[in-house]
Amino acid sequence: MPRIGVFICWCGTNIAGTVEIEQVVNAARSFPGVVYAGDYRYLCSEVGQKLIKDTIKKENLERVVVGTCSPRMHEVTFRKAVAEAGLNPYLLEVANLREHCSWVHKDPAEATPKAIALVRAAVSKASLDEPLTALMLDVEKRALVIGGGIAGIQAALDIADSGYTVDLVEKEPSIGGRMAQLEKTFPTLDCAACILTPKMVEVAQHPNINLLTYSEVEAVSGFVGQFDVRIRSRARSIDPSKCTGCGICYEKCPAKVPSEFDMELGKRKVIYVPFPQAVPNIPVIDRENCLYFKRGRCRICEKECPAEAIDFEQQDEIIERRYGVILVATGFDSMDLTGYGEYGYGQHPDVLSALQFERLFNASGPTAGQVVRLSNGRPPQRVVFIQCVGSRDIARGQNYCSKICCMFTSKQAILLKEKLPETEAYIFYIDLRTAGKGYEEFQRRAAEEYGVIYLRGSVGKVFPEGERLLVRGVDSLSGRPLEIEADLVVLAAASVPRRDAPELARLMSINSDRYNFFDEAHPKLRPVETHTAGIFIAGACQAPKDIPEAVAQAGAAAAKAVTLLSKEKLQSEACVAKVDPARCSGCLHCEAVCPYGAIAATETEERVRGELLTRTVAEVNPALCQGCGCCTMTCRSGSVTLQGYTDEQMLAEVDALCLQR
Amino acid sequence: MHYRYFPGCTLKTQAKEMEDTALAAASALGIELQELPEWQCCGAVFPLSDDELITLLSPVRTLAAAGGEPLVSLCAACHHVLKRAQEVIKRNPDTREKVTDFLEVDYAGEGRVLHFLEVLRDDLGFDRLKEQVSHPLAGRKIAAYYGCLLLRPAKEMQFDDPENPTIMEDLLRSLGAEVVSTAYRTECCGAYLSVTEEKVATATAEKIVHSARRAGAEALITACPLCRYNLENIGGPALPVYYFSELLAEALGVAALKEVARG
Repeated sequence: MPRIGVFICWCGTNIAGTVEIEQVVNAARSFPGVVYAGDYRYLCSEVGQKLIKDTIKKENLERVVVGTCSPRMHEVTFRKAVAEAGLNPYLLEVANLREHCSWVHKDPAEATPKAIALVRAAVSKASLDEPLTALMLDVEKRALVIGGGIAGIQAALDIADSGYTVDLVEKEPSIGGRMAQLEKTFPTLDCAACILTPKMVEVAQHPNINLLTYSEVEAVSGFVGQFDVRIRSRARSIDPSKCTGCGICYEKCPAKVPSEFDMELGKRKVIYVPFPQAVPNIPVIDRENCLYFKRGRCRICEKECPAEAIDFEQQDEIIERRYGVILVATGFDSMDLTGYGEYGYGQHPDVLSALQFERLFNASGPTAGQVVRLSNGRPPQRVVFIQCVGSRDIARGQNYCSKICCMFTSKQAILLKEKLPETEAYIFYIDLRTAGKGYEEFQRRAAEEYGVIYLRGSVGKVFPEGERLLVRGVDSLSGRPLEIEADLVVLAAASVPRRDAPELARLMSINSDRYNFFDEAHPKLRPVETHTAGIFIAGACQAPKDIPEAVAQAGAAAAKAVTLLSKEKLQSEACVAKVDPARCSGCLHCEAVCPYGAIAATETEERVRGELLTRTVAEVNPALCQGCGCCTMTCRSGSVTLQGYTDEQMLAEVDALCLQR
Repeated sequence: MHYRYFPGCTLKTQAKEMEDTALAAASALGIELQELPEWQCCGAVFPLSDDELITLLSPVRTLAAAGGEPLVSLCAACHHVLKRAQEVIKRNPDTREKVTDFLEVDYAGEGRVLHFLEVLRDDLGFDRLKEQVSHPLAGRKIAAYYGCLLLRPAKEMQFDDPENPTIMEDLLRSLGAEVVSTAYRTECCGAYLSVTEEKVATATAEKIVHSARRAGAEALITACPLCRYNLENIGGPALPVYYFSELLAEALGVAALKEVARG
């Protein structure tokens, strides 16, 4: 029996407030193998760590058990302390007395016996601990950024400026994302393109950035430092080395489809660049709608192209590359409003989503910058904005606040007043949320300088009445129902994750919240990391956010990524699975369930009755294994063990927990 | 096509023409509506409090009497109560146990509960109906008025899109009429406020009728006797209000529509 030391932490009153520390320490002294038991007010403090180190030496301890907070918090701290005292760091066990005990119980009469049981279990496991050694792994000095919106652009630039090569993958034919669709940005009313396009150009020209537009990530395997990623670069049907971006092809193309960039309001050609400042300025042929690809005839673009750049035979390119880190910045979608039939969205051409309305202001938008009613092409006399459509709507929409709508609605009202000073603007809001530098002032300007009328309340129905729209709502401050005749109704649709976010989360093995926004590793302290080491998130794929926040988060994520890339070696997981080839029957069920591709078949030789036989068995690659334990659950012969969590150790814990008090 | 049929009190009194025309149309279309024997009140109003069980007794007795066969009604109010009572029985085992124990019936929410319009749309099909129209309502500008009872709550009624329904317009089209779309077709008719707050009810009904007039409608159709009562009892210029079944019977050539515009 190894010599075990037990250290119980008070965590101020966090543990000591509910758990009788003295009783736990006294009980621990009686557990088999325990030669020392003590306590300290803050074990994680330097003094606390020193206590552990000194005691290890003084008592000649061979195993250490700490009864503290969750191992997610301080396991690393205590492993280091143990290692500094000369013990293998994996000879430490943590009994979680805070999250699993003191925080969830109020009555010391219940919490104390539970704490004792938890410590007893940890002691039982510790007595079976074996020294483990982690591998040192190489770091591929290359980063992958997924998503070429403002967050992805900023992150790519920051990583590239630090001297590392970045591949920036964007699904659309151009980078730019949502910001490229905007006319102006709050609260300064900068022209969005004017501040975005220099960054887009910088991406295109940066020697360390390899831009992959019209491309998608198809598969991700590996682990931090060595992610193996398969990217499909879709065929543009254009030879980029020949294309000069002259634009004759899309001028001459005879086929038109609704423009995604203009939120389906305008039309684009089938060979197209999404917008004039696109980066790269190389068109793509939308093969689904191209007359040649559909019916085998046309090829007008090919005839007209002076550079002979059209290539109908071009194939998708598969790129397989290794990356040290991955940064996800896939952005958001505007919520589909078809469930909001009362507003007549999709039924009436004068009911628009905010992003559609934004496109009306843009000189290259569907109306060439004219703010007009789409029903009759005339400028509106009165526009009613409705906020929180889909946001803060527990019954039919999203429970959360989309955060940016109060501001962009005020911005659009100001832009409207700038363009059409006589036009009236009404905004229905639930609350005006204007937290941000210069935001409150901006909203007040809308109300006070521009005469935008803010109505606190919501709208129940939008009726087509003659040529106009009748908006029926309630002014909750006066408590009266209201009816406003309007020419345009603009709906501030909720920001939601991209439709394919769940699929991407699955590819990367990263967590998402209930709405499919990607989850950060810790809501306060690790806001740009995910639970998967080496994968970072930035921008509106994590939660709705405005441009300054997205840019700040992108910079933070880039800094984290660079920190990793700058390391020569990374320590691998030491608690990895191991196959006992003598017992393994070679069924390879473990290979099928391994999420990290860490198990493969191998041959083993054994001597049976004097004969040398070769047979297939499973083998774990310790560099790939993340210690999840799926294989150990699956193995029918029990020949796979997870080191540090062996069956014997788990059962010893269970036995200890089940012991009669 | 065979259905059990629940008429309800109003169809035997104030809204006799709805029943007469609907039954005539049904038989012309080969839809057999077999009236439940010794039926009683539908419950009149669906109880909105969870612990109010007494008002569920009547509709559940009716649902049980249908014996699992599809049960059709014509009156929007009856259909509303029956459908929602069935939902309660399906959803809430406690309530089901109490109500069926009291009634001494064995009923667990089986059987389809349908409004006659749903039979026309889902079982017969408007395309097939169109083939049988002998006197199309060509040139007649008709607006549909839905009210609330058939549509809401949408999750329980599962009748049509509560904001932008189409079933009555689709019916009108299959009868050859020209559909006039009106803004207020799903707004409240005033409901029972016509008894206690007549002015309020009149004002809301007027909005509906006047908006339909402005849109160019010559007449309105409804499936609800109370809606019809309210829409007819307004001040100012009125519009004729028909039950959907009256136009249906006319188009099928099985009953002549009364010449006189009411109201």
